[in-house]
Amino acid sequence: MQQLLTTALTGLTLGFVYAAFALALVLIWRSTRIVNFAQAPMAMITTYVALLLIDAGLSYWLAFVVALVSGLVLGALVERVFVRPVEGKSEINAVILTLGLFIVIHALAAVLFGSRYRSFPAPFGLRGFEVGELNVALTGFGMFTIVAVLVVMGLLVALFRFTDLGLRMRASAYNAEVARLLGVRVGRMLTLGWALAALVGSLSGLLIAGGSLVHPSYMDSVVVYGFVAAVLGGLDSPLGAVVGGLLLGVSLSFVSGYVGSEVVALAALVILMLVLLLKPGGLFSHAAARRV
Amino acid sequence: MSMLAAPLHRVSRSTLLRHLAVALIGLVVVILVLESTSTFRNAQFAAMAYLGIAAGGLTVLTGLNGQISLGHGAFMAFGAYSTALLYREAEPVLPVVGVLLVATVVALLVGALVGVAAARLHGPYLAGATLALAVAVPGMAIFFGDSLGGEQGLNVRVPDVPGWFADAVFFLTAHDVTASKYVAYIGWLALIVTFVLLANLSRSRVGRVWRAVRDDEVAAELAGINLGRARVLAFLVSAGCAGLAGAVMAMAVRITAPSGFTLTLSLTLLTAVVLGGLGSLLGALIGAALLTFLPQVVTGVGHDLGLSDVQSAELAPLVYGLVMVLVILLAPAGIVGSLRGWRRSRRETT
Repeated sequence: MQQLLTTALTGLTLGFVYAAFALALVLIWRSTRIVNFAQAPMAMITTYVALLLIDAGLSYWLAFVVALVSGLVLGALVERVFVRPVEGKSEINAVILTLGLFIVIHALAAVLFGSRYRSFPAPFGLRGFEVGELNVALTGFGMFTIVAVLVVMGLLVALFRFTDLGLRMRASAYNAEVARLLGVRVGRMLTLGWALAALVGSLSGLLIAGGSLVHPSYMDSVVVYGFVAAVLGGLDSPLGAVVGGLLLGVSLSFVSGYVGSEVVALAALVILMLVLLLKPGGLFSHAAARRV
Repeated sequence: MSMLAAPLHRVSRSTLLRHLAVALIGLVVVILVLESTSTFRNAQFAAMAYLGIAAGGLTVLTGLNGQISLGHGAFMAFGAYSTALLYREAEPVLPVVGVLLVATVVALLVGALVGVAAARLHGPYLAGATLALAVAVPGMAIFFGDSLGGEQGLNVRVPDVPGWFADAVFFLTAHDVTASKYVAYIGWLALIVTFVLLANLSRSRVGRVWRAVRDDEVAAELAGINLGRARVLAFLVSAGCAGLAGAVMAMAVRITAPSGFTLTLSLTLLTAVVLGGLGSLLGALIGAALLTFLPQVVTGVGHDLGLSDVQSAELAPLVYGLVMVLVILLAPAGIVGSLRGWRRSRRETT
């Protein structure tokens, strides 16, 4: 009972982080049809920015905000400088480009910050609550994780649903040509989309790092889990990404708790293969007309 | 003159004979280079050979069939671990050639498993799935630590140089054969055989089918090509190459551990393919040479700039990544592809 509860709650917390990361991938996929594999190192480097500030004596919260803002700037920069030239071209070129960025950011971080493990502080406690005999594994930081992801998701929904800017962004993603004819600055909307996605990615990086160790490749497996979560949800649907992230977090937590932590990535691979073979459009897809 | 011209003409007409002639020239170059360089360089050339084999397979997959794989490091791991299990410190079960073949077949089988799924995927989906493979496989070695050695990995036997081989080399060059030189020979022979097979394959009906699938799925399907079968076959062939590369790697490095098959390995292999120009085997070889010899050069530069050892070691991946980004932005056809295009356009204008 104790282990079951602990595993489920740990999985749920992790699931929210994967959901945030998957959401970042989906935001970019929807607008530019590119899977941003460089999302992981981008989140990693903004976490290092936060770590530098914290080490310099600033408060966790200031560092947190600065990291999110630097994620926003980095996302915009990457889209404008590197991704713009390959948008709408062969999909292999975009994949290779984001992988190139992956290697570059990775190596840069190792050159600038060294590749040793460094501990990253958490603003809240890392001990679970005690309810009678039972030790509930929901920590203060875990609750913060869930709340932070929910707040960011709520803000994104509000942006896309209720604001003029959100409408223009949706229009650019849905049909760039028509949107352009209607006077939407599509290029700017795409840049903004990448910036927002990088911000959400940075959030997940900070949440994974909290109370744990940071090194240049600590986000590498998260990009895999985020991708699997996004594909579970259909890669096109923000809601699907969130549900996929939660499902994946809980299932991987069970694999880790009951089988072994070494096979977590293998389990993710198996889940991905099954989804792609049985329901390539994601768990919520209906039978769609086949595009020839 | 005419006595020489007729056979030359025949050689240049037949694809197989032409490839064999190139292979023979390659073999002579390999012997000359390996015999005139130090043991340290021999080890480097062995590394270049296995990177070249893997990059060649990946080139065929990406360049000819338009599929992308970030999981070739994982296929190399399957080849390397098969080698480590078959070629232990104690009496080996099989001779070297047998080990290489088994490693290739093991990777082929795994490639078939992944390839069946991959055949239905394209672009980013395939990239993501193979990325998951690359991240997942090293964990397996730790999970099955009892038989696969866990983090420490497995030791691979130093191959004993067969007597006839040592005699033959001594007869030709008057040099003794060290173990690392022998491995370099194994690697380069494997590379030459692989490249001849790949070159013939890409010139054959199979290669034309792959190119047709890459260029226009609909047209290929209308022409009666089974898209799935063509994709699985391309994936299989390239996974087999990676397995062979992993086997040579295990013999050259003499240890097989999960840390040798990181995501970085898979990504660097892709760098070699992109650098060399998608689809050209010569390009894959150039890419492999850069992967082998560049780290030493840039690490030296890093030391001169006052960086620490660890930091200098990261300069090489930094250069690979930058080059990858720049090639895609400035010369999407890669080095060899761009040169070819430049030559073609010059020929057309003159």
